[in-house]
Amino acid sequence: MRNAPARPAGGRAAAPKTGGTRPTPTSAPAPAQVHRPAPLHPGAWWLWALSLGTAATRTTNPLLLALLITTSAYVVATCRRTTPWSHSYAAFVKLALAVLLVRLLFAITLGSPIPGTHVLVTLPELPLPDWAQGIRLGGRVTAESLVFALYDGLKLATLLICVGAANALANPHRLLKSLPGALYELGVAVVVALTFAPHLIADVQRLRSARRLRGRPDSGIRGLLQVGLPVLEGALERSVALAAAMDARGYGRTAEVPPRVRRTTTALTLGGLLGVCAGTYGLLTAEGGTYGIPVLLAGLAAALAGLRLGGRRTPRTRYRPDRWDVRSFLVAGSGAAVAVAMFLAGASDPAALHPGVVPLVAPTLPLLPAAAVLLGLLPAFLAPTSKEPSS
Amino acid sequence: MIRFEDVSVTYDGAAEPTVRGVDFEVPEGELVLLVGPSGVGKSTILGAVSGLVPHFTGGTLRGRVTVAGRDTRTHKPRELADVVGTVGQDPLSHFVTDTVEDELAYGMESLGLSPTVMRRRVEETLDLLGLASLRDRPLATLSGGQQQRVAIGSVLTPHPRVLVLDEPTSALDPAAAEEVLAVLQRLVHDLGTTVLMAEHRLERVIQYADQVALLPAPGEAPVFGTPAEMMAVSPVYPPVVDLGRLAGWSPLPLTVRNARRQAGPLRDRLAAQAPAAADGETAPQGPPAPDDESRTCGAGGNSIPAEGRAFRRWRPRRSRPTPSTTHLTAEVQALSVRRARVQALRHIDLTVHPGETIALMGRNGAGKSTLLNALVGLVEPSTGTVRVGGAQPHRTVPQDLVRRVGLVPQEPRDLLYADTVAAECRAADTDAHTTPGTCRALVEDLLPGVTDDTHPRDLSEGQRLALALAVVLAARPPLLLLDEPTRGLDYAAKARLVDLLRELAAGGHAIVLATHDVELAAELAHRVILLAEGEVIADGPAADVITASPSFAPQVSKILAPQRWLTVTQVRRALT
Repeated sequence: MRNAPARPAGGRAAAPKTGGTRPTPTSAPAPAQVHRPAPLHPGAWWLWALSLGTAATRTTNPLLLALLITTSAYVVATCRRTTPWSHSYAAFVKLALAVLLVRLLFAITLGSPIPGTHVLVTLPELPLPDWAQGIRLGGRVTAESLVFALYDGLKLATLLICVGAANALANPHRLLKSLPGALYELGVAVVVALTFAPHLIADVQRLRSARRLRGRPDSGIRGLLQVGLPVLEGALERSVALAAAMDARGYGRTAEVPPRVRRTTTALTLGGLLGVCAGTYGLLTAEGGTYGIPVLLAGLAAALAGLRLGGRRTPRTRYRPDRWDVRSFLVAGSGAAVAVAMFLAGASDPAALHPGVVPLVAPTLPLLPAAAVLLGLLPAFLAPTSKEPSS
Repeated sequence: MIRFEDVSVTYDGAAEPTVRGVDFEVPEGELVLLVGPSGVGKSTILGAVSGLVPHFTGGTLRGRVTVAGRDTRTHKPRELADVVGTVGQDPLSHFVTDTVEDELAYGMESLGLSPTVMRRRVEETLDLLGLASLRDRPLATLSGGQQQRVAIGSVLTPHPRVLVLDEPTSALDPAAAEEVLAVLQRLVHDLGTTVLMAEHRLERVIQYADQVALLPAPGEAPVFGTPAEMMAVSPVYPPVVDLGRLAGWSPLPLTVRNARRQAGPLRDRLAAQAPAAADGETAPQGPPAPDDESRTCGAGGNSIPAEGRAFRRWRPRRSRPTPSTTHLTAEVQALSVRRARVQALRHIDLTVHPGETIALMGRNGAGKSTLLNALVGLVEPSTGTVRVGGAQPHRTVPQDLVRRVGLVPQEPRDLLYADTVAAECRAADTDAHTTPGTCRALVEDLLPGVTDDTHPRDLSEGQRLALALAVVLAARPPLLLLDEPTRGLDYAAKARLVDLLRELAAGGHAIVLATHDVELAAELAHRVILLAEGEVIADGPAADVITASPSFAPQVSKILAPQRWLTVTQVRRALT
């Protein structure tokens, strides 16, 4: 997620395709570094976005939800860099819209338990047998039930849009790479697996056009099925080639550690995981309320210590690790502040956050929570990208 | 630096060892070229250096391979990663991360170098390979030459003492190949890196080699010596060596420069022959009259290829007297193709006559494949028209289209589905609605000795190409398109392909091939079309176009300039 160099895009357009236009080496060792701000830690963006999402779950006030969406959209517009994954925001917005529509559709066809008086339209009701009591198909559609569904769907849509914002602002691959050393190689494997899907799609397209060259219809389900085997074959060959390349480049090198450390690692990790299980069980059952939390915490600490110790086995280092600097702290903090403020507002004045549906009232904008949501705009001023002229 | 002691490798299930009696040493700081026909085990020897053979591939390795004092038997590939860097043919299958900078750092991260060292080396390598302006680019958006440079850079950053390269330039256009080779030479000269490299296109690399290890035939022990000694006895050799052997030059020249110094007497002997005769020799069966017209005007327009624009203005006038397009095999008018916001082709005009062979050339990404795909209907024109045998390819149903035009794609394997050669042939006959046995007869012609039950995957690169060609030819399309047909072929397979395509052209097939191989274009093409950024920048008789530009000129024409000879075959015929 380090993109958008401050140099003009012309340099990109004139990228050397042949030897003649090779750029002359610059004397400064890191020319681009001077101008561009270092990218924020991807974790900061995820915390910020998830906090906004959490805030969204605390309210059904459409005005507040709209404000949250606007806030995240503004930050994405100012802070995202021109990268392949930054386009995922639009996809998430579409998904959120679809969720909202589906929720409304369900409210119309299946009815809702909200007692309403403002009947908008009466659909023909499907008679259902006795055992299906409580389920209704068709029937009266009231304004109240629609508004309730709208509020509810909007809440979910806002949550989705916030996740989309995190995706657009921070490369999920880089987040995986921030895993502790012992899990790093697992992270690389996941990243490789993630890049596999686009290759597979490209393969399918190539082989379908090859079918056309053989004079067979290139569309239809049979066409797709017949290229299945060659596609899988190709994917397998590519994975083997990649595995060979990764092996030859030192993937999975291990350092010698004394057996004592190895045994301690195993004990800590296993014991820690057991503790986490026991603690969770205690928390969830009624009578374990006393020992639940301490056991969970101890297990967590042991597991983390085990992971950290396990990291000694991998001699791997990080190239330009993302630093958790003041700005990252502020970005994550601004998100957290929004979430906390929303919790507090929910405790002190729940009515403002959940505008009434029965009877129908127009929602009003509670001033204090609205001001708190605006705190989420802080990243737009902390980490704006210098916009490149689009090429 | 690299030491092979009586090494032989037998893969699981193979009766014979793939290589045997390998016994040589690559001294430190030398560039050693591994030379030999296809299938002699070059890749196996390269794999043995990085330890991938036998740790990764399986099989049995007898003898001993040591790299910088480490025995590959006791060291796994990952434990050799700090001394050996390996780059394969396909850079995309080598990439682990998604941006240039991360890719350069990946190997160092695995080795656990300190962050400051990594940072410095990444910057150094970006400069060394001219990648500084691409540092943030996603790898998938780079051109072939750039990707290959990133792949080399990514194994250079851990500062390996040995670099192993398997056909690093086979997928690259001439300019990009020179770029990569210049980098390799710089590494050998400035950093003292030891390089072991296999490459089929000897005309590109032989002048950089300090030593040559020659594998004459499968299962035979390699011979080690200076390039000149080895080229005198090698079964594979570049055109410059072919010409040198023909003219009896001694010492055998390996570079165009050395050859020119000795070429005076030969030029004198050839001066008596009119260069025009050479032209006639490439195209013994003169394509029909309209093409001759294009020859003359092409010669006028193409003494300077940059005048392609002026030439294009000629074309409508040329087609004026022949409005009936029935005898044309294909016609393209004002074709533009836009794909995903990229202008792949701009305003292309092209006519293809029966019996004509056209070579499309240009750098990676110039639009050659897109033009071929448009001719076969895989790409829909944004504006303009494409007509092949009177039909619009993208609107024609595939069953019909195969009888008008056939394309052999870059990866011939894509065309092959069946488990055996016989089944493949039966399917091809059914697809083409021809009499059963047509395809099998073609295979018999092209690939004598291949049995019915051979699996297409077990064929060599050249054999697979021939099989795909037979499958396409089963429908007897008047227009045959080939995308990069010589990739991975050795000189013998290439010579067979040239003979075959000549016969097809003589039989009235029109052939359009997209290629980076200037020697192939010189050998085969009547007409050469240069593309750049989706535009035609030169179009004319092969001799005019390729001799006019230094990076596209074949070796023979460079040696015998200003006379216009293109291939050793022409010279040989003129001398006898």
